[in-house]
Amino acid sequence: MSEPIIKLDQIEKHFGNVIALNGVSFDVRAGECHCLLGDNGAGKSTFIKTMSGVHRPTRGTITFEGRPMSFSSPRAAMEAGIATVFQDLAMIPLMSVARNFFMGREPTRGWGLTRRFDVEKANAITMAEMKKMGINLRGPDQAVGTLSGGERQTVAIARAVHFGAKVLILDEPTSALGVRQTANVLATIDKVRAQGVGVVFISHNVRHALAVGDRFTVLNRGKTLGTARRGEITSEQLQDLMAGGQELAQLESTLGGTV
Amino acid sequence: MTNTTDTASVDERIKAEPLLARLMKRPELGAIAGLVLVTGFFLATASEAMFSLSGVLNFLSPAAQLGILAIAASLLMIGGEFDLSIGSMVAFAGMIFGACVVNLGLPLILSIPVTLAFAALIGAANGLIVLRTGLPSFIVTLAGLFMLRGLSLVGLKWITGGSTQLRGIREAVEGDLLTPLFSGDAFGGLFAWLAQAGLIESFPNGTPKVPGIPVEILWFVGLALAATWVLLRTPAGNWIFAAGGDATAASNSGVPVRNVKIALFMLTAACAALLAVMQVMDAGSTDARRGFQKEFEAIIAAVIGGCLLTGGYGSAIGAFFGSVIFGMVVIGLTYTSFDQDWFQVFLGGMLLLAVIFNNAIRKRVTGER
Ligand SMILES: Nc1ncnc2c1ncn2[C@@H]1O[C@H](COP(=O)(O)OP(=O)(O)OP(=O)(O)O)[C@@H](O)[C@H]1O
Ligand SMILES: [Mg+2]
Repeated sequence: MSEPIIKLDQIEKHFGNVIALNGVSFDVRAGECHCLLGDNGAGKSTFIKTMSGVHRPTRGTITFEGRPMSFSSPRAAMEAGIATVFQDLAMIPLMSVARNFFMGREPTRGWGLTRRFDVEKANAITMAEMKKMGINLRGPDQAVGTLSGGERQTVAIARAVHFGAKVLILDEPTSALGVRQTANVLATIDKVRAQGVGVVFISHNVRHALAVGDRFTVLNRGKTLGTARRGEITSEQLQDLMAGGQELAQLESTLGGTV
Repeated sequence: MTNTTDTASVDERIKAEPLLARLMKRPELGAIAGLVLVTGFFLATASEAMFSLSGVLNFLSPAAQLGILAIAASLLMIGGEFDLSIGSMVAFAGMIFGACVVNLGLPLILSIPVTLAFAALIGAANGLIVLRTGLPSFIVTLAGLFMLRGLSLVGLKWITGGSTQLRGIREAVEGDLLTPLFSGDAFGGLFAWLAQAGLIESFPNGTPKVPGIPVEILWFVGLALAATWVLLRTPAGNWIFAAGGDATAASNSGVPVRNVKIALFMLTAACAALLAVMQVMDAGSTDARRGFQKEFEAIIAAVIGGCLLTGGYGSAIGAFFGSVIFGMVVIGLTYTSFDQDWFQVFLGGMLLLAVIFNNAIRKRVTGER
């Protein structure tokens, strides 16, 4: 199999006296979808934030395309071809959809003093990309604050897909989505993977993860519990790992096996 | 799994938006409405002289002086920060400029860049402290307000040997090639010609009653246009809105928030210095009280112009109109039979109205209920 695009080794992240990550190793290859699973507070979001340049790891190394790399900012990670849908979406409610879509990466035209934000191009691309995701926007100048939760999430996903040249990171991208939009997102993951993009997919929904994942890594309390390939692990085993084993088994018996 | 979607190009769930509702979403609407209101008020109560050419220039001149500060302040506010030290900065920069011209004998081509650079440096320091500490810029620049005012007093006394006023600036800049850019009136030739042609009022000897357009008005208009262009039509404008709307989200989306904010602090301070240069050259002297309380007036003009105190929303053209309203009221009251001290009451009332109005607009834009 090909070399990983990005490889993180023994990553530790401390926030003051809180140890959010305690030695996590993870890598993504071109054309694969690597799912990151784990309970609330396991450290998934913290981990992908070190991958996308938001946090600097306290310890550990990041290798990007074979070279050691330390992203100084999310902008640096983006320029390297890593795009992220953050759990909180990183959208500005008061700004229009198109302005949010291109925030930090505005298309321009003209030169020198007449170099300007190409609003028409931005609007057209935004509408087209949103339509691809199955959402018909009222207009590109609609403020993001007036969108529904799922529409907002879709804008964030469409934006990351548009800019994720090498690595696409999705932190629970489907948590607010309807059936059709979820199917669309999973299909989109499948499509960009086929184009050679490495996808990191975080989800609490084992069915969604199994539908698109090639590999599965489970985090628990800041540590890796293990990585499994597609086909090596069943949905039940994965659920058990994510919840840390016995407790879920107990719960399951009280709920009559519906979880 | 397919990716097909219904592609009706017009969404059936949208009612056609009436023009008024669309206008309601523009941040500068409040300021324009306010301007219409204030103009109406003075048309009704003030003597006709107020709206003659000389009357209009008469109130546009203080409006422009405030506006140079207010437009920069509005950009900074949209970027999510305040600068309360700009009033004191006018005095401080005035002192630096005076010292350059009078004591060091530098020509304007050096003195002005030195003054602007000095101010920008202090602006950058303000920005760095705010970003480093994460403290509200309100409190950091409040400290700056007092420190710069105090430094101007101490510095002027030190330079002049005991006085808080530095004179001799007019003599020092007389004949400098750059002087007409920063003081006096522009288009003198045109106005003289217009007077001769009988198109504008003139004195019996043929010289026009209005010698030209005060240069600060040209700077004011130019700055408003440039700021509006940057805000609405350049990537930097998008970054300013984003940085003020939500700094974390903007930074995570790849906006260089720190650089944007520091640049805005530098710009605001530099605009205060530009105003100082113009005021000092016009007055021929500088003193430590220059720019007193201008920071509040600038912020009020920006708020009347539609800037939200929380950042991320507003307009430079709004601040332009806010400043014009300001100038109109200050000067306009002298053309009426009202006591001039109504000015402050009026100001407070305008501010209150603007804040309430802006709040309602924001809810409309974000769809909050
Ligand atoms: N900035 C921070 N300061 C202090 N502690 C933090 C910070 N960010 C995260 N943590 C802590 O790190 C741990 C991991 O958080 P993280 O957000 O990565 O969890 P997660 O796996 O994404 O959970 P969820 O599934 O709920 O999104 C939590 O215990 C959290 O309290
Ligand atoms: Mg999370």
